[in-house]
Amino acid sequence: MNAAKTSFVASDETRAATPTRRALLRRSATVAALLVTVGALPRPAQAAWQQAAFEARTMGELMRVLGAGTPVESREVSLNAPDIAENGAVVPLGLSTNLPGVRRMLLLVEKNPNLLSAAFDITDAVDANFNLQVKMGQSSNVFAVALMADGRVLFAQKDVKVTLGGCG
Amino acid sequence: MTEPTRIRAQLTGDKAMVRMRMAHEMESGQRREGGKLVPAWFIQQVTATLNGRPVLTAQWGPSVSKNPFLQFNLKGVKAGDKLAVSWVDSRGARRSDEVTVAA
Repeated sequence: MNAAKTSFVASDETRAATPTRRALLRRSATVAALLVTVGALPRPAQAAWQQAAFEARTMGELMRVLGAGTPVESREVSLNAPDIAENGAVVPLGLSTNLPGVRRMLLLVEKNPNLLSAAFDITDAVDANFNLQVKMGQSSNVFAVALMADGRVLFAQKDVKVTLGGCG
Repeated sequence: MTEPTRIRAQLTGDKAMVRMRMAHEMESGQRREGGKLVPAWFIQQVTATLNGRPVLTAQWGPSVSKNPFLQFNLKGVKAGDKLAVSWVDSRGARRSDEVTVAA
């Protein structure tokens, strides 16, 4: 505060030597932008994290975002979920398939604020078999979706009753 | 500072069942504290590498449970292999941990 007052009343000479607040701000903005470009600072959103997919409300919307086809229910995909989850904060879910040529597996909870919970990209080095714990706000249908390399979209579903919601 | 991810790889033949628990609050963005919404803060990306080669990547939303537990099966593993797991959260924080697969 004092420094600002001083420079305000200072002679033309000192004013030229003292960088103005505006110049300083401009310079630090440039430096920050540079840091972001070289990756020294975290970007506001991770480039590879598909925000639009996580914001999708319906299965159709999600498939559009992911550029996937129409999902078909299949017995080849299995979803391991409890009938009743007493604690919605920790619901153990398992999704798997023995089909060859799985590209990606998704875990969806229909009535959660965000439909998509998790997406796993599959390589030759892993089985299409994952177990994860998720939060469920209320009783809901849960989906395990397999995106196949040939473009098919297969899913399994199960209704899970939640006694105590885990979102609030 | 973040706590380490606890990783266990159980070898059977050339396959390993990998189980891990990451230490993270996984704030959903739905919870209120004193009437105010607590902003979402969660792990967004998880990567597993075997001897430096990526074997699994995952994207997570805020609905994954607090201190996330993940289990999967790795193929073509042998004792002495190095399994590393890293994550990036929605604030850009990162963490990477490594274990050596035991016989």
